[in-house]
Amino acid sequence: MSDEKNPFPGENNTGHVWDDSLRELLNEPPTWWRIGFHASWIFVVIYCILYPAWPLLTTSTKGVLGWTSLDEYRQDLKAIEEVRGPYETKLKGMPAAAVLADEELSNYVVRSAKVLFGDNCSACHGAGGQGNVGFPVLADDDWLYGGTIDDIEMSINMGRKGMMPAQSAIVNSAEADKLANAILTGQIASEPLFMEKGCVGCHGVDGKGMAALGSANLIDGIWRFVAEDQLYSIKHTIMHGVNDPSDPKTRNAEMPTFGGTKLSETDIRKLAVYVHKLGGGQ
Amino acid sequence: MEKVTQLDQSHVDELYAEASYWHVNTGDEVIHAKRMQGRFRRIKWYTATVWLIYFFGPYLRWGDRQAVLFDIPNRKFHIFDITIMPQDVWLLAMILLFFAIMLAAVTSIAGRVFCGYFCFQTIWTDIFTFIEEKLEGPPAKRHKLDKAPWTWDKIKIKAIKHALWLLIGVITGIAFTTWFTDAYQIWAEYFTLQASLIAWTSVLMFTLGTYILAGFMREQTCFWLCPYARIQGVMYDIQTILPTYDINRGEPRGRLVKGNTVEGNGDCISCNQCVAVCPTGIDIRHGQQEGCITCGLCLDACDSVMDKIGKPRGLIRYSSHEELEGKKPQPLYKRPRVIIYFSIMLIAASGLLYGLTNLGTFDLKVIHERQPLFVRLSDGSIQNKYILKILNKTDKDMHISIDVDGPDNLTTQGVKEKTLLPSGKLSSFIVFVRIPKNNLDSDRTPLYFTIHSYESFDDNINYQSMFYAPRI
Repeated sequence: MSDEKNPFPGENNTGHVWDDSLRELLNEPPTWWRIGFHASWIFVVIYCILYPAWPLLTTSTKGVLGWTSLDEYRQDLKAIEEVRGPYETKLKGMPAAAVLADEELSNYVVRSAKVLFGDNCSACHGAGGQGNVGFPVLADDDWLYGGTIDDIEMSINMGRKGMMPAQSAIVNSAEADKLANAILTGQIASEPLFMEKGCVGCHGVDGKGMAALGSANLIDGIWRFVAEDQLYSIKHTIMHGVNDPSDPKTRNAEMPTFGGTKLSETDIRKLAVYVHKLGGGQ
Repeated sequence: MEKVTQLDQSHVDELYAEASYWHVNTGDEVIHAKRMQGRFRRIKWYTATVWLIYFFGPYLRWGDRQAVLFDIPNRKFHIFDITIMPQDVWLLAMILLFFAIMLAAVTSIAGRVFCGYFCFQTIWTDIFTFIEEKLEGPPAKRHKLDKAPWTWDKIKIKAIKHALWLLIGVITGIAFTTWFTDAYQIWAEYFTLQASLIAWTSVLMFTLGTYILAGFMREQTCFWLCPYARIQGVMYDIQTILPTYDINRGEPRGRLVKGNTVEGNGDCISCNQCVAVCPTGIDIRHGQQEGCITCGLCLDACDSVMDKIGKPRGLIRYSSHEELEGKKPQPLYKRPRVIIYFSIMLIAASGLLYGLTNLGTFDLKVIHERQPLFVRLSDGSIQNKYILKILNKTDKDMHISIDVDGPDNLTTQGVKEKTLLPSGKLSSFIVFVRIPKNNLDSDRTPLYFTIHSYESFDDNINYQSMFYAPRI
């Protein structure tokens, strides 16, 4: 706009006027603002030269420093593995019992195998080994298959699938009630039916079970199949058994195999030590 | 279209009269203050020596380490005999509280004492202008030199000045880093170019900071940058003593005529010396204002003039608003703000004293396992799991025993008779506690953990936790 048409001539404005008097001036921006502006674009240029910045079709510009976030991650990982390295080499080929005896090494395992336990075990047995409905507690000292370090390692390695035949054919409801009551009160060893019906064959004369068979201890008040109505639960187990293919109402109780392709030997050994140290290892 | 309400011009004048002299320097003029000898000048030099601790403190040794070392990588603050770890960092809050309230207390009594006599900005600027005066001469010459064309002589003088300023900046930066890394070691690292990136960056930032703030920004920092300047300004009241121009005695001011004051005039002879010496370039005769850092240099200037013209000193003096109005100043212990500030300072100081004398040897935390809260065992007893985290705060390895006290027939697992606690480390132990169910009469029973030290018998430490059992 020429100066003649400008209603405010000689004022260094853009010539655009709104509402009769409102106009935009062409003043220089403040110095601090200009410093900030130039510093910003200089920073961007330097950054783009040094670091990966511009996306290309399949890749991006690399930057002269050659930095990548993945490299940084790998470096951090390497630093952690350097700390773990000596322990891990020591663990290889060492029997689980020896790991348990070595205080420093077992402390390392308790701390580092927490992740392993969380990934593989806690879905059924709970984050602290506290068990779940239908899944045994690992923090107590009641073990179906024995609580020594080797027993635990074996359970993880090979898995466990116990079997109790359904007794509905030889035990009637009244007898089952009697047996269940005796078990709940811890008096099963003195119950005549216990001997008569052949329960002692697996659960032992004293009712304490046998680790070799995986038969349950019936007098310690710790229940493999916990329920609100424990009496009813015990009766159900007597009538329908555990893992009995002939009875559709049988209880399912299976610990999967973790050996072979699932977990390495060292990992299983670590888990065995970890579980042993949860509070009930023998 | 223009609608301007016409105000009575005299009212407007009145409105602006107060601000008519108002002149604010936003950095477009360089202040070259005159240096004058005097009482406050001397006090200023004495108070500035506090900063010698900043430069030389780190070279003091204590045993085989630096006496005061803020070891951030290892999370340990060493202060002579005391080592403070992150667990005791609440002490830092006490220190901050103490000094924050001290600032308030001192400001309410005597104004911006910190600004005028102790602040690094004031003192570094003072040193920088001292060098400037030695090289370039008094203020008039400096102004002239600034305007003069660039000659070889001017370049030489300016180059030496800036080199000296930068050197002070570098020394300031290095001094800062010596508080965080062993002083002797970091000097060796600087000379062999082995220092860490953080150290180099700190030195660079401090060098630039010192050079720019004390060399160029100067009073502008106090005007526009510093929050404390503004905070302290609002802490004054009418009882605060501040450098004040005695308006009753000084006005009406006028120049001397033939070496004598004009009849009817006050004591102020408009010599402008108070303005000439002011490091922030204000005129104290306009009263207290944001630019005044209460450094007292105008008092020295005025006193020397009063001496010369044979008038009593103290035309400009430390005085409260109240006193100037002829009231008798109230004693300190009758002023509520002073009492409150000192009470808070006392609380902070007591907290600090308690903290420092009760740092203790250990720090014990007992964490009860929540998954599961308890476990039933085959023999009918209940087992709980605890994680003990014990920190050995001393610089020696210690041996401890762990005692658990609770209901009868309590047994523990995982507790050794003599356990090693490495110096300065946090060790954690898993402890299982078993109690027969019959000995528990509640689903929650208090349990007491005690750590006994083999090395010192006074350093037992307790922690109360809970033993959980199934509902009875």
